[in-house]
Amino acid sequence: MTGLYRPLRYHRALLALALVLPVALLLAAGMGAYYIPPLEIPRILWEKADQAYAVLVSIRFPRVVLAAAVGALLALSGAALQGLFRNPLADPGLIGVTSGAGLGAAIFIVLVPGAGALQVFALPLMAFVGGLLTTLLVWRLASSGGRVQVLTLLLAGIALNAAAGALIGLLISRATDEQLRSLTFWTLGGYGGATWPTLLAMAPTGLVAVWGLMRLARPLNALVLGEREAFYLGVNLEPFKRRAVAFSALAVGTAVAVAGGVGFIGLVAPHLFRLLAGPDHRYLLPGATLLGASLSVLADLVARTAVAPAELPVGVVTSLLGAPFFIWLLLRHKREVAR
Amino acid sequence: MSLLVAEGLGYSVAGRPLLQGVSFALEAGEVLAVLGPNGAGKTTLLRLLSGEARPSQGRVELLGRPLERYGALELALVRAVLTQRREVGFPFSAYEVAFLGRLPHLERRAEGPLDHAQTEQALAHTQALPFAPRPYPSLSGGEQSRVDLARVLAQEPRLLFLDEPTNHLDPRHQVEVMALCRRLAEGGLGVVVVLHDLNLAGLFADRLLLLHQGRMVALGRPAEVLRPERLEAVYGLPFALAQHPSGRPWVMPLAQAEPSAVPGL
Repeated sequence: MTGLYRPLRYHRALLALALVLPVALLLAAGMGAYYIPPLEIPRILWEKADQAYAVLVSIRFPRVVLAAAVGALLALSGAALQGLFRNPLADPGLIGVTSGAGLGAAIFIVLVPGAGALQVFALPLMAFVGGLLTTLLVWRLASSGGRVQVLTLLLAGIALNAAAGALIGLLISRATDEQLRSLTFWTLGGYGGATWPTLLAMAPTGLVAVWGLMRLARPLNALVLGEREAFYLGVNLEPFKRRAVAFSALAVGTAVAVAGGVGFIGLVAPHLFRLLAGPDHRYLLPGATLLGASLSVLADLVARTAVAPAELPVGVVTSLLGAPFFIWLLLRHKREVAR
Repeated sequence: MSLLVAEGLGYSVAGRPLLQGVSFALEAGEVLAVLGPNGAGKTTLLRLLSGEARPSQGRVELLGRPLERYGALELALVRAVLTQRREVGFPFSAYEVAFLGRLPHLERRAEGPLDHAQTEQALAHTQALPFAPRPYPSLSGGEQSRVDLARVLAQEPRLLFLDEPTNHLDPRHQVEVMALCRRLAEGGLGVVVVLHDLNLAGLFADRLLLLHQGRMVALGRPAEVLRPERLEAVYGLPFALAQHPSGRPWVMPLAQAEPSAVPGL
């Protein structure tokens, strides 16, 4: 062997990201209105007897773990969908799940008056169901004779996103000010509702989605050459596409249900990993997952501390940082196409 | 048992036949070239033989078993296909693209050093080693062709389908690709290659299959197929026949550079 194959760059990137995530978690767990020195955290956990211990276990940990989980799910599904659409600019919202979840949330907030105590669990459930139903509809629209055209899938997603947006608009027009405020904040995303029960509730679907998507690395690599070539390399195309869309919808649906619309992580994290290491999906999928988790935790840290004691919606932070990055990518992409 | 058998193969789209009544058998160790004008049905034939499209009439047997009874993975372990498309969505290196040929073998086991040795050997076969570390999208059309050819070789098929593998290649690399086909056939592979260059086909193939408007108009050794009167009927152009130093037929279209019809030019 002359050593043409160099997975070293991939391994290094994965290792670095695996080290960055715990650091980000500790940092975010320590910082906030009640400051806990991050390096003290292991000792506090060991001694269990402090006020700091109560803050960590009942407030900070659920929040940073939720932030990490949501970021991981969004980034992983973003990487898988960019591979499926063979387009580096694809975003998890493309298959309709985000806007469908928004519609589900809007229906609940506006049409179920005085839900109060019910809201904690019923709202995520409505959002989750709305997201999955919309993706199912997108899938149905795009399939004919047992086959799904990826381009039609994209267009159906855009059409249904517009339709869901219109329905949300209709609901808004008859919403009260208070309902409008909670819908707006839901749309902007946030990890404020984090509790251990929330985390437990999202664990089954989230873990299934991660398991399902991680197994798609090889067919996604084959698809880089095109659908025909992937078939020639032994990929059973239709079941593969079905799995990619279904597990992505499950991942995004879970994330959106508990955190609302946190934008740009699903788009940006896979990109950063490709720049850092390369496009091989066997490394990209775990790499983007780790990176998305860290980005989300750090974005939430900014959201909590930037204008303290007030709090920014985390979606505002990710969009403020993500949008310029996306524009930079577009310009770079334009230059490459024009070349 | 023949490697590949096609019987009365036909394919229609919306009632319009693209291919009709194609029958032949391919043995291991044989190079079969498929010829014909644009739109004659060459690529359609390749899609039917490779299992990508189901024939409307007739059947295909691969190693004595009907093609439709193979799964995608089983097919990929027996046959490899080189298409004309050159499009890679993400900046994979040339090496990574060639390594994709190992995918069907890695479905049920982890990759090992042997897989990388195979990939490098395939790249060496197509003289693509020097640019293997470079990003695939940055390569020239000819270099990309050689990387793709290495990819299908790394797949270690028993049957190889090549759709115009000499496109984008300079004369030397055209000859080298065809000589590689010959060597692979001598090593026991069956090769079906779609070509536009009649003389390359005549020099390197054991048999030629000539298609015209979706029908098979000739199947046989180069000297039997490359007849000027037949080629004129198919291509609508007079041909002259000569002999290559190897004894194989050598044909050329008798086109004339017409004087310009525009006065003053």
